[in-house]
Amino acid sequence: MKIKESFGSKLFNWFNVLLMSLITFVTLYPILHVIFASFSDGNKLLAHIGILLWPIDFNFDAYVYVFKDAMILRGYMNTIIIVATTLVINIILTSFAAYFLSRKQAYGRNVVTFFMMLTMYFSGGIVPLYFTILDLGLYNSWWAVILTSGISTYNTIILRTAFVSVPDALVESAQIDGAGHMTILFKVVLPLSKATLAVIILYYLVGHWNEWFAASIFLRDKLKRPLQLMLREILIESSAGEEAGVQADQAQAVSETVKYAIIVVASFPVMCIYPFLQKYFAKGAMIGAVKG
Amino acid sequence: MKRKNKEQQSGAVSGGSLAAKKTGLSRLIFAIKTEPTLYLMILPVIVWYILFHYKPLYGILMAFQDYSPGKGIWGSRWIGFEHFINFFNDVYFTRLLKNTLIISVTTLIFSFPAPIIMALLLNELPFKRFGRVVQTISYMPHFISIVVICSMIRSFTMDTGVINQFVAMFGGEPVTMLTKPNLFVPIYVISDIWQELGWNSIIYLAALAAVDPQLYEAAKIDGANRWQQLCAVTLPSIVPTIIIMLVLRMGSLLSVGFEKVMLLYNPGIYETADVISTYVYRKGILEFSWSYSTAIGFFNSVINFILIVVTNKLSKMLTETSLW
Repeated sequence: MKIKESFGSKLFNWFNVLLMSLITFVTLYPILHVIFASFSDGNKLLAHIGILLWPIDFNFDAYVYVFKDAMILRGYMNTIIIVATTLVINIILTSFAAYFLSRKQAYGRNVVTFFMMLTMYFSGGIVPLYFTILDLGLYNSWWAVILTSGISTYNTIILRTAFVSVPDALVESAQIDGAGHMTILFKVVLPLSKATLAVIILYYLVGHWNEWFAASIFLRDKLKRPLQLMLREILIESSAGEEAGVQADQAQAVSETVKYAIIVVASFPVMCIYPFLQKYFAKGAMIGAVKG
Repeated sequence: MKRKNKEQQSGAVSGGSLAAKKTGLSRLIFAIKTEPTLYLMILPVIVWYILFHYKPLYGILMAFQDYSPGKGIWGSRWIGFEHFINFFNDVYFTRLLKNTLIISVTTLIFSFPAPIIMALLLNELPFKRFGRVVQTISYMPHFISIVVICSMIRSFTMDTGVINQFVAMFGGEPVTMLTKPNLFVPIYVISDIWQELGWNSIIYLAALAAVDPQLYEAAKIDGANRWQQLCAVTLPSIVPTIIIMLVLRMGSLLSVGFEKVMLLYNPGIYETADVISTYVYRKGILEFSWSYSTAIGFFNSVINFILIVVTNKLSKMLTETSLW
């Protein structure tokens, strides 16, 4: 039996579709504006009034400028090195911790859970962390940035939940075949938790790629700085000067189109990856909120 | 054969009770001896937490000292609660507390319910494929870095920016919006909703997907229309999720998105934009008042902790939903 849809219900459906289309447009437009502006002609862009629906005088000038800029390329390289190293450490530490916490025979795992979770609610703050980095001799080294984001409690909890759901029978049969914990982790448990692993790698990757604050206090050398910190200098500090009424030095001022091109180049990698992992996000969010 | 089994079992039982009598430490040593690899795996993790979380936690002691890096925590002079008292008497104390609360409460009022409504509307969409496209696009801003987001906000709100072009079109006077103190909170909150609306709705969508379809069938048989189904079935089943998210949110009431404020504000609008965490940063990192800055940060996290414990307790009493 199919109940006929009422007029009100239909009206609501259309209203809903319209509203969602509007939200999608509002979400997408600022991003499209940046992309269109980056391919536009600088002077004509300044003269343009109203919204941009397509690049004005489509060209690659801004991108040519960006890819010739030594500092930006340097920042890009630095970010890639830092992110790659941090990810390796993240994967090793997170899977070790999640594996330990998922084993019933691991005596003391409740204590370890508490020990890790406590840090989600209490942290020393910036100054004590700064002195810790100084004490460890890591100041002005990439290791300061890499090691401060060594493992995330939140991601560990998500991965542990995936490990717990691996059937005991598989682990036991591997044990009977003489496999040790390392073999079980890398040959049995991790391959069966690929989806969750992919999501936490994405979380880590996005976090590290977009990180700038730790780098801003721990790195002194300009040449060691990651991309986001260079962006902050080019995009934020230059316009902060204008706001304060100081006319930026003409030689230092970067044109708007170049700014937009830098934004596109810096955000492109992450934008390409996330849609592929989208279907796993729900799982991660659920676990994180309930156990966190 | 059977008897032998039984003997082994009773042996295991008495062995178990013997182990229970032993202290935790000797049980731990026993566990480490039987499973050395397992404990070798957790060792680097524990070392990492000690170095990068517990060592800084220990550093909080400098909040009660006149800390000097040369003397360290052991050698520095203890001064008790002086820094805390100084902070309460600080000329900026009321301003910082007021700004922090205004920004976080406004964010709570507007950007907490928004994703819930978004999830409910997405859930009611008649075309599923369209819904998935909307979702994918709505996640996008979440993945853009805060530096880029803030530079976009700055460029759009400039006197020559896109937003001001609209203002001018309707006869308004274009202004660089981030120089106007009264515009900071709206800019902060609206951009926050824009960036996190889709991402924050994920959890509610997951909760909605877990609702038993039989409940809807039963409601339909009882003659409930869509609105009644929403009130009787959908909302009650996501209430626990909403409460958990609210408790978590309360725990960070005094921690405003610090990086974002730092990237958006300027001395001209400190009167509405300067918050506790940015003050902690300026005092500690830029002005070298290490102990004072740590004291303020500590005050902040104690309040946050109290807030999360109290809301959790309240929610446990009122709704039987709680974090722990």
